[in-house]
Amino acid sequence: MIQAIAFYFFATIVVASAVMVVMARNPVHSVLWLILAFFNAAGLMVLLGAEFIAMLLVIVYVGAVAVLFLFVVMMLDIDFAEMRAGFSRNAPLGLLIAAVLLAELLLAVGAYNAGGLSLGKAAGDAVQAADTSNIEALGALLYGRYIVLFEIAGIILLVAMIGAIVLTFQPPKAGARARQDVGKQIRRRPEDATVMKNPEVGQGIEL
Amino acid sequence: MIGIEHYLTVGAILFVLGVLGIFLNRKNVIVILMAVELILLAVNLNLVAFSAFLNDLTGQVFAMLVLTVAAAEAAIGLAILVIYFRTRGSIAVDDINRMKG
Repeated sequence: MIQAIAFYFFATIVVASAVMVVMARNPVHSVLWLILAFFNAAGLMVLLGAEFIAMLLVIVYVGAVAVLFLFVVMMLDIDFAEMRAGFSRNAPLGLLIAAVLLAELLLAVGAYNAGGLSLGKAAGDAVQAADTSNIEALGALLYGRYIVLFEIAGIILLVAMIGAIVLTFQPPKAGARARQDVGKQIRRRPEDATVMKNPEVGQGIEL
Repeated sequence: MIGIEHYLTVGAILFVLGVLGIFLNRKNVIVILMAVELILLAVNLNLVAFSAFLNDLTGQVFAMLVLTVAAAEAAIGLAILVIYFRTRGSIAVDDINRMKG
């Protein structure tokens, strides 16, 4: 009972906030709704018993990806009203395709419900034992059988990091003011840099 | 009792909302990227649901890989967006045809 209540609670909020991500006028609001959707999807995954994926969702999506989105949305100076120009023009086609797709997907679920399909049996060698926690079992699997997959994930992240840095890095211009000239700094003497003044009261000082 | 079909329905609705978002916000590439994240979230939900109901952890390992790729894609996509904005001063994606590809 409590499981059903929790499921419908999380599922409703996920779907509602996904609608708001798509419909929100301001992309900043979109990102915030996206964060809410991720949190509630993490709740759904906890309900499924996948605690590690749930925590990963919160840490990676909310902590990194959503904040990255937020940074970019706020950094770029964009006229968002102009961005919405084609919204109503694209809406009929988009809604049509979405309706068709949703009908197909729900049809598949209905067919599954009708008993036409049955879940096959799991291979049995990646089963979570009853006395181990989800994280422990997943860790044993990840560092054992799927070590190559794990390494590939690391390489993907490395390539993405290098790619993002290379794309956005701007080398400093040759004549830029901020360049440091060490020799000039060392040649500078105190008597060139400072002067003693004895100003009259209320006269101010001229340098 | 909550069965796998409940989770699959939520996943299907999320997926469709992501596709709808791509269609509705054709000009705004930031929202398109967010819609892609929604689609990947729906895929992850399906993978984890099947993994839980089959009692097979492989689905969760795969969900982790999807998560990794989603994070990498977001980083690269936003980096491309930033340099595009730097050169063009806008992010209207319906006229990205400079490379005539």
